[in-house]
Amino acid sequence: MRGQAGTLRTVLAPVLLGLGALLIWQLVIVAFEIKPFIVPGPLAIGSEFGENIGTVLQGALVTGGNALVGLVIGGVLGILFAIVAALARVVDELSAAVIAALAVVPIVALAPVLYTMFGAGAETARQLVAAIAVFIPVFINTLRGLRQVRPVHRDLMHVYAASAWQTTRTVTVPGALPFIFTGLRIASSLAVISALIAEYFGGPIGGLGKSITSAASGSNYPLAWAYVLGAIIVGLVFYCVTLAIESFATRHYKPST
Amino acid sequence: MSAASTEQSPADGLVTAAVHVTGVDKIFTGKKKATVTALEKIELTVAPGEFVSLIGPSGCGKSTLLRLIADLDTPSTGTVTVFGKTARQARIDQEYGIAFQQAGLLPWRTVSANIELPLELHGVAGPKRKARSAELLALVGLTDFAESYPDQLSGGMQQRVAIARALAESPRLLLMDEPFGALDEMTRERMQTELVRITAETGAAVVFVTHSIPEAVYLSNRVVVMSPRPGRIRDILTVSLGSAAERSDHLREDEAFFTNVSRVRELLHGEAPVGIRGVENR
Repeated sequence: MRGQAGTLRTVLAPVLLGLGALLIWQLVIVAFEIKPFIVPGPLAIGSEFGENIGTVLQGALVTGGNALVGLVIGGVLGILFAIVAALARVVDELSAAVIAALAVVPIVALAPVLYTMFGAGAETARQLVAAIAVFIPVFINTLRGLRQVRPVHRDLMHVYAASAWQTTRTVTVPGALPFIFTGLRIASSLAVISALIAEYFGGPIGGLGKSITSAASGSNYPLAWAYVLGAIIVGLVFYCVTLAIESFATRHYKPST
Repeated sequence: MSAASTEQSPADGLVTAAVHVTGVDKIFTGKKKATVTALEKIELTVAPGEFVSLIGPSGCGKSTLLRLIADLDTPSTGTVTVFGKTARQARIDQEYGIAFQQAGLLPWRTVSANIELPLELHGVAGPKRKARSAELLALVGLTDFAESYPDQLSGGMQQRVAIARALAESPRLLLMDEPFGALDEMTRERMQTELVRITAETGAAVVFVTHSIPEAVYLSNRVVVMSPRPGRIRDILTVSLGSAAERSDHLREDEAFFTNVSRVRELLHGEAPVGIRGVENR
């Protein structure tokens, strides 16, 4: 009973707060007669969103699709590369500088170069930008997790005379799962943001990023904001899905003796 | 009286000793080349099927000695053999099972998958693994928890799973490093009774590290009393409290039990009262 009340409160409180904020926003817009090119009201954005739900959805599928491809490619590569780096110290030392360099590159800035490389008609450049953005946090977190093997487990695997690969497969990688998921959770939002921003620099139309720029340049601000709302929802979906997978996969990982 | 018991061990002769430790020193080199002598001149023989406890205050090297037998560490001098093989070869051949103070179960595996881990690593086929883990679960009384995860079990239950895992490959030697150290007194005594039964059923020799005197006396055929800085064997006491079948909880009330407890206590605190006044570190 009490648990139910608790859940109700944790759900209800932020919803009420959000609704309150929207109400104040709308009131401020009306009261001060703020022009839509500065900030449109939530009602205007909402109605544009409702009217263009079809195109918003299509744009979300394009941008979300690119982000997903990037997340999968970058995630898989990041995890595999971290495993190799954890197994072979040489790889780790060789790659440390490259990873550090890659981490500070504003990856989206590569987009124009990539468009000329892969052709402006393909989505490849955007997916690649997302993949690179995803790779870094996944790699760094996974590698950290792989180094966190508990001494008792290390002793145990030594006692069993397990090979390096057996140890990696049965203890190190499963043990690093919470860290891998932390990386993926950060990366999931990064993937959406990168795929979206990459659209600003060229490439085919259809995605949310392109729609935002074209609506804004056509002075249709409420519509631009409706697309922004779409982008926020895509980002939230990515985040929540990764979070759900994470809490399922690590459901037994409470500290145990 | 106890000096005489030091010498008797049925190991020399026809039977190969389960564990044979001769002239072992272990010196750890820390930072700035500071050395710590963890073990000095250790001589110990454990016969097949014998239950031997190592007892002593913290820092007496009892866990280090166990780790040397398990080949988790190598001695600085001297030799360790397990069933006539070098410690390393014995480890590779899986001659022993081991349990630590922490159960050390893999939290992402079910109880039965945890027990099957060593079998899986050594290429035992699936159906055979299942049968073995079912057998062991029955032995430690956890049949109903085969599909549970470690986080759903109490500390005592987790430790029982760890013991089942140590027994998975039917080793003739069991190494245990304070396996009941983290358990409450009630659970601890129940686990001790169970361990006596299990070792009787499996016939395995046991080297058992503990710092509980009653625990050592209750479980063991012989108690090895160690002293710290440097870690040495002060004395070895033969406890004759009857066979495993005769050893029940009533034994804890027995006269002979108390006699042996006080003998071990005297040996521990004996000649040099280091243990008592250990605070005065110069």
